[in-house]
Amino acid sequence: MRRGRESDVREPEIRRVDLTERPDETQTGRRRNTELSIVTWIFVLLFVLLIGRVVYILVFQADGLKSNINNTKADTNSENVIRGDIITSGGTLLATTLVDESGNQTRSYPFDNLFAHVIGYASNGKSGLEATENYDLLTSHSSLLQQIQAGERGDKIQGDRVVVSLDPKLQQAAYYALGSYRGAVVVMEPDSGRILAMVSKPDFNPNTIGSEWESLSSDTNTSPLLNRAAQGLYPPGSTFKMVTALAYLREHPSDYQQFQWNCQGMLSEGDVTITCYNNEVHGQESLASAFANSCNTAFAKIGLDMDNRTLRSTAEDFLFNRALPAGLPSSQSVFKLNKDSSSGEQMTTAIGQGDTLVTPLHMALITSAIANGGVMMKPTYVDRIETSDGTVVKENSPEICAKVMSPEEAAVLTEYMTGTVTGGTAAALSGSGYTVAGKTGSAEYDAGGSTGTHSWFCGFAETGEPHIALAVIAEDGGTGSSTAVPIAKQILDTFFYG
Amino acid sequence: MNLTNLGAAVSRAAQYLILVLIAVYTIQCFTVFAQRSRTDREHIFLRQNVSMFAIHFLAYLVMFLNTMRFDLILFYAAQVLYLMFTLLLFRNLYPRASRSLINNMCMLLTIGFIMITRLSYDLSVKQFEIAAAGTALSLLVPLIIRKLDVLTKMTWGYVFVGIGLLALVLVAANVTNGAKLAIYIGGFSFQASEFVKIVFVFAVAGLLSTEHSFRRVLIATILAAAHVLLLVISTDLGSALIFFVTYLVMLFVATRNPFLTMIGILAFCAAAVASYFLFSHVRVRVQIWRDPFADYAGSGYQICQSLFAIAAGGWLGTGLCSGSPGAIPYVEQDFMFSAILEELGGIFGICLILICMAVFIMFVNISMKLSNRFYRLAALGIGTTYATQVFLTIGGGTKLIPMTGVTLPLVSYGGSSVLSTLLMFAIVQGLYMLRGDEVRKEQQKRSMMQEQQMYENERSSMQEQRMRDTVRYEDRRREP
Repeated sequence: MRRGRESDVREPEIRRVDLTERPDETQTGRRRNTELSIVTWIFVLLFVLLIGRVVYILVFQADGLKSNINNTKADTNSENVIRGDIITSGGTLLATTLVDESGNQTRSYPFDNLFAHVIGYASNGKSGLEATENYDLLTSHSSLLQQIQAGERGDKIQGDRVVVSLDPKLQQAAYYALGSYRGAVVVMEPDSGRILAMVSKPDFNPNTIGSEWESLSSDTNTSPLLNRAAQGLYPPGSTFKMVTALAYLREHPSDYQQFQWNCQGMLSEGDVTITCYNNEVHGQESLASAFANSCNTAFAKIGLDMDNRTLRSTAEDFLFNRALPAGLPSSQSVFKLNKDSSSGEQMTTAIGQGDTLVTPLHMALITSAIANGGVMMKPTYVDRIETSDGTVVKENSPEICAKVMSPEEAAVLTEYMTGTVTGGTAAALSGSGYTVAGKTGSAEYDAGGSTGTHSWFCGFAETGEPHIALAVIAEDGGTGSSTAVPIAKQILDTFFYG
Repeated sequence: MNLTNLGAAVSRAAQYLILVLIAVYTIQCFTVFAQRSRTDREHIFLRQNVSMFAIHFLAYLVMFLNTMRFDLILFYAAQVLYLMFTLLLFRNLYPRASRSLINNMCMLLTIGFIMITRLSYDLSVKQFEIAAAGTALSLLVPLIIRKLDVLTKMTWGYVFVGIGLLALVLVAANVTNGAKLAIYIGGFSFQASEFVKIVFVFAVAGLLSTEHSFRRVLIATILAAAHVLLLVISTDLGSALIFFVTYLVMLFVATRNPFLTMIGILAFCAAAVASYFLFSHVRVRVQIWRDPFADYAGSGYQICQSLFAIAAGGWLGTGLCSGSPGAIPYVEQDFMFSAILEELGGIFGICLILICMAVFIMFVNISMKLSNRFYRLAALGIGTTYATQVFLTIGGGTKLIPMTGVTLPLVSYGGSSVLSTLLMFAIVQGLYMLRGDEVRKEQQKRSMMQEQQMYENERSSMQEQRMRDTVRYEDRRREP
């Protein structure tokens, strides 16, 4: 305020533009302009921020926005571009566009139902990779010469080709192994995140989607259009014991091997009673044998004694309650336990029941992270984009998604999961000629009065040098051992023996 | 090669040429400040005009090749005439006007004409008519400012007109897009806040230029708050923000009190948080800013489409008429920048931001050179409203900040917006020339005094001489 007064006094002198006052005026003028300079710099900074934002969008977000599932900008390209092919890296054609003599185009899927959900459809809206790769399929990077030639003939130009990581043999094996069960299979490479197979049932035939659209989309009972592998939310059952075991390792880093439990087949706390499957009594157990036996009472006890925050933070390290990295649209897995939860919730959550829900894709990612020394890779479906004559336009390289545990912790879990196969609930997989580490699950559900048990298996092979990880769920398949393990065995046999 | 191919090749070449031209133009906006000699500056200004007309020509050529509408040729010719008249008239009527400002004003109008024509021919014709009328009107403004000293003394008049108009809008307005923005007078929608912006700047300049006692600052703050509050109640959040920032900046410069400004910023934060909890439309804006895809089909649709447009354009743009900027709802008003990025490219967009920045710097520059406190504050206030508005609309369209739905001055469609911005440019031009007057008067005074000095010197020396002569004469007479 004081300074203000000062200049008030000077003001009339300046206005008079008196020659004798000149030196003084410039001095005041300069001092008065400091505020204006500050204002100028602040706004210049804001303008620079705007430019930075534009650059940021164009450099880092443009690709994601172009392939965003809601983005229909590329559809206008279809006036000039023939939708490109989707092929596997081995050269198997999964989707192509047939153009008849009068120029009519039809999208064709040579394998009918086999790749239905993962490849998706391109009419009646879009789904699967047809939706996420829409932009690339409708963009042509063919040479200018080819474009001009096509233009002269009055033809449309062939769009770019999307080369996917899917392996037709494994996809077929998974598809037939799951048989008539509803459910899902996800097979992937643990060290790269490449998805090798993704099956969801019930399914549909993308070639006839137009004519069957009404019945398919109105079937809310079995939801055949839903990609259960990425969007189906299931209780994880005992497969969640991988997470509980890791949380226990973190709470007892030095003495987890001293864990002892005498399983009586039943554990009660408050008004909740936990029983082992089929009321089995496992007797004296270490952590390793409790894991191999999938002993519910032992893990319920671990849950009771554990700080809920440890289990929650471990689960969230594994991306529960978070969005999975982009790719196909996927649901977010749910983990609800918190510090105020009751003892009953503690016990049920620790054994993978309770309110916890997970997608098969997410289980496959968790399993892969253990196989990959604790590093979770970002799941990818596309190896590269190339022009119709095979010139590479864009190549995807593996990306780390999260470091969820230390290599030591991953080694301990691998040891426990190996125990499940060598002498536990997944013993059917031992003696196959390759070594498997895994975990079974029998997830009981109660959805609006109808109850049943989903059959789970998650695992990877081989234990020393994992090349393949998978998650299998068969709805109403009973125990993991009875249904999901044999399905996994067929897929693994195909992988190792062809 | 057949005809369509030739058209496509020409369009592509024109697209790249436009990028080069706008880049050259933008660089010259800044290099001109470094030129010392007047003739060098004059050369740059002329070259800027050449770039502008070239961009204008190429853009209309592309649009013509893509649409084959012959009325475009006529429309193009009319625009060329208009631009030439504007440049020539300003130059001849006001030889001492800021060429940099005139050039940028015409460039921004040209970009607007191009893009609105691309989006909707009919809207563009309307915009053109209003711009032409507005320019004619604004040619008088510098004259008025130079002749009417009384403008600096109507503070309370400004206050009553400003608050009165905003209150009138609130009471009588038709509701458009959830925000009560416009009054319809004889078929013309009249967006009061656009004009109150100018009146408000004058009111604050009047209040704060003469004194800043605590009482005076308090009165000014209450009156400014009344403006802002009326706008918030009208749910015109963008304008409310512009008024608020403008007041804060003017207060800071007038009182030179950073403490007061800090209090203002804190009050702003408190008000922002309060309005988040009070008004559901504010919450919606913030939510779609955080995750527009969560409600893609609903409230997030506009901003999602805007981002898709920016991504589709990339650095070089899809080329005029080759994108689909029409997919963004209300694109001509609120999302012009995204439309420009889609078809003319990211490089063009960055140049556009820099041109707006050059305009703002010029506004403040003029303010710095003025010695009359009222005019100083007025020029600064106008510069601040301009810069804030540019930041809000581009920041909103690129999802840097929540969307506020304001126009990009001179570029977006909107009669009231174009008219008020043209007036703002003209006012600042008038102030610039006022400064020229001051300097000239000063020089005149100085030379007059020098002459007088010289005259006096001469006279005294002559007197001395005469005295000496007289002495000599008398001496001689004494000689026998």
